Amino acid sequence: MASIHIEALTKVYPGDVTAIDALDLTVEDGSFFALLGPSGCGKTTLLRTIAGLEAASGGSIGIGDRDVTTLTPGERNVAMVFQDYALFPHMTVTDNIAYPLRIKKVGRSERAAKAADTGEGLGLSALMDRRPGELSGGQQQRVALARAMACNPSVFLLDEPLSNLDARLRLEARTFLKRLQRDLGVTTVFVTHDQSEALAMADQIAVMEAGRIRQLGTPSEIFRRPANTFVANFIGSTPMNMLPGTLAGGSLQVGGLEGVDAVAAGWVGPDAADGDVTVAFRPEYAKVDADGPLVFKGTVDTTESLGASVLVTARTDDGQRVQVVVPEGAEPEVGAVVGVAPASGRVLVYDAEGELLSP
Amino acid sequence: MSTSVKTSVGEPATTPATAPRKRPTRAPARTRSVVRHLALVAFLAVVVAFWALPMLWLVTAPFDAHPGLDVSWPDWTLDNFRKLSENPYAFSSLKNSVYLAGGTMLGVTVLAALAAYSLSRVRIPGRNGILYGLLLLSSIVTGTAAMVPIFQLMFQLNLIDDRSGVVLVLTGGLLPAAIFILKDFMDATPKSYEESARVFGARPTQVLRHVVMPIVRPGLATIAVWALVNVWSDFLTAYILLRDPAKIPAGVVMYTFYSEGGQANLPLISAFSLVYALPVVALYLFVNRRYGFRFHGGIKS
Amino acid sequence: MTVTSRASDPPPAHPPGPPPTRPPTRPSSRPSVDAAGLGRRRAAVLVAPALVLVTAFLVVPAVWTVYLGATDYRLTGIQAANPQFVGLENFREALVDPDFRNSLWLTVLFVLGSAIIGQTVAGFALAWTLRGVPKLVRSGIEMLVLLAWILPSSIVAFLWVAYLSGDGGTLNTLLHTPGTEWLLEHPMASIIVFNTWRGTAFSMLLFSAALGAVPPSQLESARLAGAGTFAQLRDVVLPHIRGHVLTNTLLISLWTFNDFSPYLLTAGGPNHASETLPVFIYNKALYGGQLGYGSAISFIMLVINLVIALFYVRLLRERR
Repeated sequence: MASIHIEALTKVYPGDVTAIDALDLTVEDGSFFALLGPSGCGKTTLLRTIAGLEAASGGSIGIGDRDVTTLTPGERNVAMVFQDYALFPHMTVTDNIAYPLRIKKVGRSERAAKAADTGEGLGLSALMDRRPGELSGGQQQRVALARAMACNPSVFLLDEPLSNLDARLRLEARTFLKRLQRDLGVTTVFVTHDQSEALAMADQIAVMEAGRIRQLGTPSEIFRRPANTFVANFIGSTPMNMLPGTLAGGSLQVGGLEGVDAVAAGWVGPDAADGDVTVAFRPEYAKVDADGPLVFKGTVDTTESLGASVLVTARTDDGQRVQVVVPEGAEPEVGAVVGVAPASGRVLVYDAEGELLSP
Repeated sequence: MSTSVKTSVGEPATTPATAPRKRPTRAPARTRSVVRHLALVAFLAVVVAFWALPMLWLVTAPFDAHPGLDVSWPDWTLDNFRKLSENPYAFSSLKNSVYLAGGTMLGVTVLAALAAYSLSRVRIPGRNGILYGLLLLSSIVTGTAAMVPIFQLMFQLNLIDDRSGVVLVLTGGLLPAAIFILKDFMDATPKSYEESARVFGARPTQVLRHVVMPIVRPGLATIAVWALVNVWSDFLTAYILLRDPAKIPAGVVMYTFYSEGGQANLPLISAFSLVYALPVVALYLFVNRRYGFRFHGGIKS
Repeated sequence: MTVTSRASDPPPAHPPGPPPTRPPTRPSSRPSVDAAGLGRRRAAVLVAPALVLVTAFLVVPAVWTVYLGATDYRLTGIQAANPQFVGLENFREALVDPDFRNSLWLTVLFVLGSAIIGQTVAGFALAWTLRGVPKLVRSGIEMLVLLAWILPSSIVAFLWVAYLSGDGGTLNTLLHTPGTEWLLEHPMASIIVFNTWRGTAFSMLLFSAALGAVPPSQLESARLAGAGTFAQLRDVVLPHIRGHVLTNTLLISLWTFNDFSPYLLTAGGPNHASETLPVFIYNKALYGGQLGYGSAISFIMLVINLVIALFYVRLLRERR
């Protein structure tokens, strides 16, 4: 159990491809940490570099109070669970789980006992003599976890732990993994491209893009206050409303509305620069035909059922798309003219570069 | 041929109130398919005859007390095999074949495995060039095109009439294709097994022993069998490089048996060819039962 | 174990844009480590033995033909002890050598007859007709044809020597042509038929695989539209397998061009009547001892192989 301390980490591949760009990161001891981002953002490279499977081109990695930057993977005392679990097909479950101990030269009977112990903790006792090919996806995952646990590492690294599971298993596995990590208390870093997974499981999330961290924070921080438009677009199962506008002397012009006092509403600081801005709010935080400092008038285009709620898409006069989630049964007719009012405390304003202006 | 089909296709979508006319072409259609069936059977019979006839001798003559050159019902006996065992060159040649085939199989499998593994897993500079060059080389520098310089080379190296020399030459010739096939095979094996073992602290030799070897065994077995069959059947290389009758393998001895002047010793030849052919046939049947004949993009496998 | 929440601190979002001022503390010094942690040097060591053998027995001979082909080296006589450099003399001699031109021509016939026509047509015909045949029959026939391919060459050579023999050979009995020494009277025809018999298996397997990849729905659409067997072949099948036909033909041509088995049947006789290029080289260089001259011919053979192989690779690339 240890914290991970990464400083100015850089990874450049031959051909001048920068996968990780001077990254700083601290993972608290015992936390469940998510690396989240689209494909190619460098999250898996970062995970593999922490593991030692990729050599850093620059910077340093510390685990606990050791500098592991130049250590081989085996010396770092980390355990990694790969996306395909990498269970050795020719070994039984017992031998698979006991493998790390075999490398550490633990005696046969002792490691079999330890394997049985760990397996039992994960509900694998009945499967110990089977081969990986005879196991279901969920069982394989548990064996892979057991194998990772067997050597008592200081850090767990999980590469897309849920992506190989069926959709229905995935939700169960989320809860299972979260509880397991909490019980074990081992610092865990996992990689995912699924934002709902990261939000559900992690204590801290690092949202990555192009080798850099775009935002670091708890799930609720990231969900409520995305630090830039990239994160805002990436997080949330329904896309965030992004409306272009202009800011002049604290006065906001957006979506057909003018002269809205952004400073008074608390959306921008008093010394915010003038220029083009993006006004953003989540469809979940808006209401139809309610009052508020910002009401966007539009014609209802489509309504989509989300189960217990309905996603309403409307178009303003200047062609902007505005979406709002309403409870089932309360959706307006298609073609009706409605006013979409975001809750004042949930409005975010981003500058022309996509950075958050809201204090 | 298309007339009957046309009428059925040309049937109007709106059927008249009366029952549809009985197609007058039904009988000919059946006859046509019968004729086609007969033609197929006839063709297949010709195919079977064409391919089987030359090989029939191999199953009749060895058991014939007085074998001729033609295929005839044998005068059943196992005497020919006894005569075979009495011939000194027959047995020694089979031993030589085993030596050559075994040695080459070992050399090819081990060297190709090591090379294929490294080429598959490590980004060595010039890797693609090496692979491309290897493949091209092996198709261009064939046994026949290279027979003169190989002879000369072995002559200079004093390896004429040396069976290990033959093993070296054959190994060198088979390596490019073997490396290519094995590398393909290893590329298809996910790296996560090896990486997983590494993260658990396994050293490279341990990774190879614990994880890689067991998984690539089928690929190695394929290469081993392929090399074995290739060398067992080899003629040219042994023919030009070996002189001593005690050293020549079965393929060459077979040729000497029937090309030497005078009356061909048919009892000997028939028994010998059967014994010489048996391992290859047995291996083929075994592989076929186990894996079916898979097609590796143009390589006999 | 509690989770330290950092909600109290403002989220330390890493700002995009230029990297922080702190320079990288360690330059990239370690080589790229790969899956098994071999490292480049160890990997190179593992590849080396194979490369050494390949260089010694493929590259060196190929290059040597150039050198040797430019001398008048022989196995015996003055030229053995004191070979002279003769430049392109061997090549010039080859061009006017009637035996060489004869063997070249015969080889062309051999490749054309047994590979380009024989094996391709037979292979395709077999693959096509066996499609609808019951599984047992199909495996039986395929096994038979395959057996002809995998039996060692000296055995099949003798089988055919016996088969074609004028003195009791089975073929004569079948065709009621007693006493015909096929290998002596029709040597080229004999080896062409022999090689077709021997090599069809490969084409058959290849075409089987290719035909299996033709979408059955397209064949059925054609049949519904009224296409007979021939039209189906022409309009649906051929476009799909055209690439395969081409690459297959090239490959088996290459193999047939280099095939030594005519030697086992006729040794090139009677009187050079079936002396294809491989046999010619053997007879001239290894039997006759003219290594220099033989090398020059071998070099020509290598060049022809190279041309065919390059064509083949180019075609493969285009198909991919």
